[in-house]
Amino acid sequence: MEKMLAWIDARFPLTALWESQWGKYVAPKNFNFWYYFGSLAAFVLVIQIVTGIFLTMNYKPDATKAFESVEYIMRDVQWGWLIRYMHSTGASMFFIVVYLHMFRGLMYGSYRKPRELVWIFGCLIYLALMAEAFFGYLLPWGQMSYWGAQVIVNLFSSIPLIGEDLAVWIRGDFTISDVTLNRFFAFHVIALPLVLLGLVMAHLMALHETGSNNPDGVQIKYQPKDPATGLPLDGIYSHPYYTVKDIVGVVVFLAVFSVIVFFMPEMGGYFIEANNFVPADPLRTPVHIAPVWYFTPYYAMLRAVPSYFGTQVWGVIVMGLAVMVFFAVPWLDRGAVRSVRYRGTLYKTWLAIFVVSFLVLGYLGVVPITIWGQFGESVPLVGGVDRATVVARVFTALYFAFFVLMPWYTAIDKTKPEPTRVTG
Amino acid sequence: MATEATVDKGKRRFLIGATGVVGGVGAAAAAVPFVMSFFPSERAKAAGAPVEIDISKLEPGQKIDVEWRGKVCWIVQRTPDMLATLPKLTERLADAASGQDQQPAYARNEHRSIKPGVWIAVGICTHLGCSPTFRKDIAPADLGPDWLGGFFCPCHQSKFDLAGRVYKSMPAPTNLVVPPHKYLSDSKVLIGDDRA
Repeated sequence: MEKMLAWIDARFPLTALWESQWGKYVAPKNFNFWYYFGSLAAFVLVIQIVTGIFLTMNYKPDATKAFESVEYIMRDVQWGWLIRYMHSTGASMFFIVVYLHMFRGLMYGSYRKPRELVWIFGCLIYLALMAEAFFGYLLPWGQMSYWGAQVIVNLFSSIPLIGEDLAVWIRGDFTISDVTLNRFFAFHVIALPLVLLGLVMAHLMALHETGSNNPDGVQIKYQPKDPATGLPLDGIYSHPYYTVKDIVGVVVFLAVFSVIVFFMPEMGGYFIEANNFVPADPLRTPVHIAPVWYFTPYYAMLRAVPSYFGTQVWGVIVMGLAVMVFFAVPWLDRGAVRSVRYRGTLYKTWLAIFVVSFLVLGYLGVVPITIWGQFGESVPLVGGVDRATVVARVFTALYFAFFVLMPWYTAIDKTKPEPTRVTG
Repeated sequence: MATEATVDKGKRRFLIGATGVVGGVGAAAAAVPFVMSFFPSERAKAAGAPVEIDISKLEPGQKIDVEWRGKVCWIVQRTPDMLATLPKLTERLADAASGQDQQPAYARNEHRSIKPGVWIAVGICTHLGCSPTFRKDIAPADLGPDWLGGFFCPCHQSKFDLAGRVYKSMPAPTNLVVPPHKYLSDSKVLIGDDRA
């Protein structure tokens, strides 16, 4: 065995790769609950790739056969229902895990110097993931697939001058059609998975170059070395310590995942919307149309912005900025410390406002805008406007305020000194 | 053999730049077929032919859906009561006079049609392309007491009147599109072509 490894190592850096990327990668010893979600995201990616490959073996990317072939997978293919439900549940779980992972980054300042690129690769992964989810959602060719794609592609047609042509270019037709389905299939099963894998690799390589952050924000790289082990005082090898920890995470995750897959795969219409069990009908829009839950915060923003100057591009811009603003975070934060543990009340308050805004917008994106009725005509400023629209506008403003005001409130916030050793 | 000292760095930079530009132009040219392949194919373009519809069986107040270029087109037989609602709404509409080019010149009038009673439109919301629902009921609970009948988009709640004119401050920026069309006879209409 050892001889064989030596033979390989002389020809391919197998041991060196393993040691630099995981085996001998030194990580802070104080990782907590929040540090499960990175490895879980990688785990879900594997689930999606494996189940996805098996789904393509029976799925037909053809407008006349797509819906039927998904039902065929569900009813006739041996265990097809399980593979399909793992894939559809996996999509939602991917976003849950990624949102928690991103929140961890915001909470502990994991984007701060020198980890800006780790964060940026992460943001790119998030973008690619959203595209991947969007393309995949068209494939079952149900009513929600069809009209969801119709709405999103039409976002592009709101761009002045080139918009109409751009939308036709994306669809390959004057409306969402078989042509669109076929190309979305190509994006979903090959183009974006390749991009995602590449970005995940870059994300991990950048992380393993800078070293991991931790709940205290302590840079263990600059700590004195423990004479006994030669490692930084608060550092441990990822293997076996975090290998074991992450396996515990995977086991718990799989327990939750199984409950969903076996007992509530549609999650009451949140993971798979009821209307998607109706074949796509280009002549009839479902009465209530909403995207899958993971897009609803942005969707609520889009809906909240009215059109000005005869174009509704503003809502699209707001929605785009809401995603893009994450890229700027490493340069917006001017705080003296990384972790929320040593920040003052100001940062904690704003982080809470951001989380609440995200959740409220997420809720508003799911429900019809008329849910709370309209303000009376006599109310100043908002007379006659849907109450939900006004609430969405307020929380959209707060969402952006978290980012725009960050250079100010992080700079004046009363922080506690960052320790030199982790606190456990 | 050239050593570091004898290398002509200016020439080297020029050669790298020149090959880079030529290679870049070649790569851009090679990308053209791939980008162009995304546009509608000849078959998709051919599917956009005009459609002929018999409207003799249309009942007062009824709407039928027909398909033109893969899009839904509405033909609505408006009753005199419905037509009477149009002038009442002028104040509440964004473009009551149909100033924007959302219809052929022959439909730029209050009823936005050739014949006042028969209204033909592309049944796709000008916001993000959903198909609005026909709500001819007056003052329903969800649309408020001022509702005189019209079209309501389920996706983002844009409201249109019975001539497809958009209300003020709606997500939809413009009135619904009236496609080019002409009457072949009293009961036959052709959507997609209005040339004499």
